[in-house]
Amino acid sequence: MNSANNIKVAGFGGQGVMMFGQILAYSATKEELFGLWFPSYGPETRGGTANCSVIVSNKQINSPVFKNADHLIAFNAPSLEKFRRNLASDGLILYNSSLIKEKIEECDQLCVGVPINDIALELGNVKVANMVMMGAYLELTNLFGDVTIHAIIKKILGEKKAHLVDLNKQALAAGKDFVKKLGVQYA
Amino acid sequence: MAKILMKGNEAIALAAIKGGIDAFYGYPITPQNEIPEYLSKHMLDLGRVFLQSESEVSAINMVYGAAGAGKRVMTSSSSPGIALKQEGISYIAAAELPCVIVSVMRGGPGLGSIQPSQGDYYQATRGGGNGDYQLIVYAPESIQETIDIMKDSFNIADYYRNPVLVLVDGLIGQMMESVDFDKPVKERELPEKDWATNGTINHPGRRNVANSLHLDPYGLEQHNIHLQKKYNLIKENETAFELVNMKDAEYVIVAYGTMARICRSAIEMLNEKGIKVGMIRPITLWPFPEAAFDEISEKAKGILCCELSMGQMIDDVLIANNGRHKVGFFGRSGGVLPDPEEIVDAIVNFKDKVVK
Repeated sequence: MNSANNIKVAGFGGQGVMMFGQILAYSATKEELFGLWFPSYGPETRGGTANCSVIVSNKQINSPVFKNADHLIAFNAPSLEKFRRNLASDGLILYNSSLIKEKIEECDQLCVGVPINDIALELGNVKVANMVMMGAYLELTNLFGDVTIHAIIKKILGEKKAHLVDLNKQALAAGKDFVKKLGVQYA
Repeated sequence: MAKILMKGNEAIALAAIKGGIDAFYGYPITPQNEIPEYLSKHMLDLGRVFLQSESEVSAINMVYGAAGAGKRVMTSSSSPGIALKQEGISYIAAAELPCVIVSVMRGGPGLGSIQPSQGDYYQATRGGGNGDYQLIVYAPESIQETIDIMKDSFNIADYYRNPVLVLVDGLIGQMMESVDFDKPVKERELPEKDWATNGTINHPGRRNVANSLHLDPYGLEQHNIHLQKKYNLIKENETAFELVNMKDAEYVIVAYGTMARICRSAIEMLNEKGIKVGMIRPITLWPFPEAAFDEISEKAKGILCCELSMGQMIDDVLIANNGRHKVGFFGRSGGVLPDPEEIVDAIVNFKDKVVK
């Protein structure tokens, strides 16, 4: 793991963008690393834009604010457009190719598209698209193992939504499989 | 206990519970709403009081009343809401009642924005209330430090019979960090609250009165002299600050709260460039850590005061510096957060930032 990973997660409100970021911060905390999450907390609405910043670090986190992200997770086209300019040169872009159909040009970084909506729909619920993305992201970065992520998902869903744990695990696995089949690797 | 991930506002609320809060009175305002939200869920189960009042003015006067009765009381708000509470805060300070006030600063002036800001340094340290009073003002830089201060805040308020203000910006309220709630709190021997207006059962024949009205000028002057003695004691005992990389620092940054953390990253970047930069980080804004400025090397090229405002703490920096070094200023306002690179530029181009 790099000493610190600066991660930008962005998309439409309702796509599970904030939850995606929180799961990373929860996982960091569980693994006794340092996790920091902060949302854009403007007057956002469902269908509007949402983004959050996450820092996962193995040492005390100084600035909560970063200029360039190491990893950009873009759930829709406007987010990709907005945040790809502020990305480290050896960074990673992971994007939702169900909504971003155009080929991404002039990309210096590793750029991986995953059709998360389509994969989630195949699993029976588009709401787990963010977990498909999570699977793809973890396959590429190896940031956290399944044991940690599964424990966090279980904790977040709680007793009321315990019946959704398996579906979320399937979504994670589907995202991982997709990246494995692509054969791409991110150092 | 293992660390947990928690949102700043919720951590403030839980730390207040652990610090022994008896009652909370408040009125909603972004970006601090998760504080009352959390307390509304938990206080009744704990047999304690949560009340959402009809306005900020009534909330602070409920704090006045409950503090007068000897209870551990808290209110929280954000910038314009704290402005509305100033009258009550002055009364509470005048009546020497302990309470804890949390201000999660947003952009100003006026209704401003809901984004993070440090535009209320004057409001916190100079007060919008009338008269010669002081609040003990803490400005933590992380959720962990906020928790540690909150847990101790009721003790400090009780010890000095004075309001404590915990001043954070909207980012600390809204972000989540890995935190530990089990750090021990400093032990303090607290005096009996024999002044509390809770009936005469403990002191038959003597009525206690909580009051801020002293019509006799000589009597009021004596009261002010008494308050100043207390404030001097607080200056002596409670002034808190952190020094970062001060040895042989060519430049010294002065920053608090979120800005201090951004500056920490900038200092690392500057050290990599071979520019030695240190930092004075006030943890109490009042009392302001003037003595820390004696630690600045005589050879230092300058002091850069960094704030999320147009320049408020810089007044105290200029007083503490007392003409010894050049003082520059870097600020962003309105809810804009600078990235560390902007601070790096400000140090590299220090001569353009000098104000005095």
